[in-house]
Amino acid sequence: MKKILFYCFGLIGTLMLLAQTCQTTKPPQPAPTVTVIGPPIPLAVPANFPQPRLDTSLKITAAGVALGRVLFYDGDLSSNRQIACATCHQQANAFTHHGHRLSHGVDDRLSRRNAPPIQNLVWAKNFFWDGGVHHLDFTPLTALRDTAEMNSDIEAIRFKLEHSRIDYNGMFDKAYGTREITSQRLLRALTQFMSQLVSASSRYDRYSRGEDTTLLTKQEKEGLQLFRSKCSQCHQGELFTDYSFRNNGLAATRKREELEFGMTEEQKVRLLATRDEGRYRVTLNKKDRYKFRVPSLRNVQYTGPYMHDGRFTVLAQVLRHYATGIEDSPTLDPRLRKGKKLGIPMTDDEQKKIIAFLKTLSDPEFMKDPRYADPRLTRYSKL
Amino acid sequence: MKLILILLVLSSLVALPHQRTPTTKVGDRHRVSIHFSLQVDEQPLTLDSLRYTNRFGERYALSSLAFYVSNVRLLRGEQAAYAIPQDSSYFLIRAADRPSQTLSLPQVPPGTYTGVEFIVGVDSLRSVSDISHRTGVLDPTEVTEEDGAMYWEWNSGYIFLKMEGYSPQAPLDPSGRRSFQYHIGGFGGYDEPGLNNLKRVRVLFPRALTVGKGAVPQVNLAVNLNQVFDGPNPIRLSRTPSIMFSPASKQVADNYATMFSLQSIQNQ
Ligand code: HEC
Ligand code: HEC
Repeated sequence: MKKILFYCFGLIGTLMLLAQTCQTTKPPQPAPTVTVIGPPIPLAVPANFPQPRLDTSLKITAAGVALGRVLFYDGDLSSNRQIACATCHQQANAFTHHGHRLSHGVDDRLSRRNAPPIQNLVWAKNFFWDGGVHHLDFTPLTALRDTAEMNSDIEAIRFKLEHSRIDYNGMFDKAYGTREITSQRLLRALTQFMSQLVSASSRYDRYSRGEDTTLLTKQEKEGLQLFRSKCSQCHQGELFTDYSFRNNGLAATRKREELEFGMTEEQKVRLLATRDEGRYRVTLNKKDRYKFRVPSLRNVQYTGPYMHDGRFTVLAQVLRHYATGIEDSPTLDPRLRKGKKLGIPMTDDEQKKIIAFLKTLSDPEFMKDPRYADPRLTRYSKL
Repeated sequence: MKLILILLVLSSLVALPHQRTPTTKVGDRHRVSIHFSLQVDEQPLTLDSLRYTNRFGERYALSSLAFYVSNVRLLRGEQAAYAIPQDSSYFLIRAADRPSQTLSLPQVPPGTYTGVEFIVGVDSLRSVSDISHRTGVLDPTEVTEEDGAMYWEWNSGYIFLKMEGYSPQAPLDPSGRRSFQYHIGGFGGYDEPGLNNLKRVRVLFPRALTVGKGAVPQVNLAVNLNQVFDGPNPIRLSRTPSIMFSPASKQVADNYATMFSLQSIQNQ
């Protein structure tokens, strides 16, 4: 296609018309399929986890995962060649953008929100803070468009991949049986890789599966009990979320100090002037105003800053928010209201215990697993 | 000798209808084309030309226009219909791309047809399917210079109709232009009922169309884009120059559902 386009432009002066038809006519033969070849890798479901939700028709193969991994770490997916998926989703922080309240893209769509971790996504019911994306295959699209300043149509990406030092055509061939690079194949490869990112080896997990019940200290066990009585109606089950959308009482107006240091004045003004309406943007239902998806708390020690806009930097602030910081509004979750009292009553000591428990959800093996790490030595070696 | 020839001719005459009637094999199928003739109040559409006026007297030009047509069915009376195979039944009609304005339906079984029906937009089933079903015009990464993306990646779903332009009556936008833009979509929601702007359109033929006599019939549908403003919910572009994923989009969708009519049927 790129070549055809090239020839078209060569003839342009005299043959504008021809150029136009070449540009717009799609090749008549059926598009190369996204069916991966080779023996499937079964998804290992941890004993304490429910059944995965991602469609079972998705066949995972070693070559598909390998391709997805290289793509995940490749800045060539962005227009300036600098921003990879892994820029905002860093392994060392459970694939979040640690230390960044709002993840920087080029446009401000992504930079309105804090990058969520990429972990255990085959169990997820919906994606993004507002559930705007329903299938894992489509989760990379926002980033692909934003980081490219609207330029990252598949032609541009394909051109870069075909001229990469990495043998992408060979990798696509290994994964799919032919060398063509298509958007369907590219997105599916990212899904293949992301489906492998399972975090289930925290101390809590081994305790929960009965592998080693001495793993939690007395304080952590007390924290677990407190968590179950105060938090787990929303942060439910072994995934620590029920994937529902709720308003957990964050204050409507942001403080200027809460905004990120590196932001331009213009970005600050815009962020302070507009409030993210969360789930409402997707359903247009008034009852969904300011509701956000309940996040999983796995690896929460590493995924800060917290909340959809990253307004809290440490867990102590989060606990204080639930204890004394809840702001009332028509859509506030009823669980955070007892008569006239707002919030979840907790003493300082109880808050500390809950935090101690939350840290048992950390899974260092996951964050160091070489299978998920950058496959290249230097990330932007081509620059 | 003569007798043999006559016999041969006779037998082939007998054999021919015999072969045809039982099933409609691929060889028996015929091409039908449906042309969407983009117009504004009976004038052929010219992009970037400030020559159109809505019922409020607001003058406007269209700078780009694109819409999806899917689930095309050729009607056979009230009850029956021939549905174009699902995977070949998605089309993106773009003002900037002439060939896209003619749908070619290559495999229509012979018979008489009384109308055509289609969805303006992309049905909900396809709107939630995985990426392997999103090829061709459904590729969510596809971006054209004239129409941009026809997909909302942050709120997964296609933009069913995108119409942009300018008008001296439109308010100034942040870039200092008097522009308007209508991006209409919403397939009904994934896990909860949501905005539904899927519109099924039916255009009946005054005289039945016969397929199967060697000709390639072309159905010409007139698309009167002024209906986007002047349909059942009159829209002032001075008041609502920008309508996207919002409740107001329903009015636009109701309007554009009325923009199709039969212009002519040709046998080429
Ligand atoms: C500029 C930073 C940035 C880049 C680059 C980026 N993301 Fe994200 N990602 C985000 C943000 C922010 C969100 C949350 C968006 C929202 O909720 O509206 C997100 C959400 C996601 C989610 C959904 C997770 C969940 O639990 O709902 C997945 C999966 C994901 N991104 C994968 C990718 C992939 C694959 C790439 C590379 C193509 C990528 N991201 C590139 C910032 C980024
Ligand atoms: C009413 C439901 C509900 C209850 C009860 C609840 N949460 Fe949450 N929690 C949420 C929602 C919703 C969010 C995301 C809010 C947002 O970003 O706008 C959240 C976010 C968080 C986060 C931030 C995670 C991240 O990755 O950004 C932490 C940490 C957290 N909650 C801990 C707790 C603890 C500890 C408790 C018990 C004291 C608790 N929550 C009780 C609904 C709840």
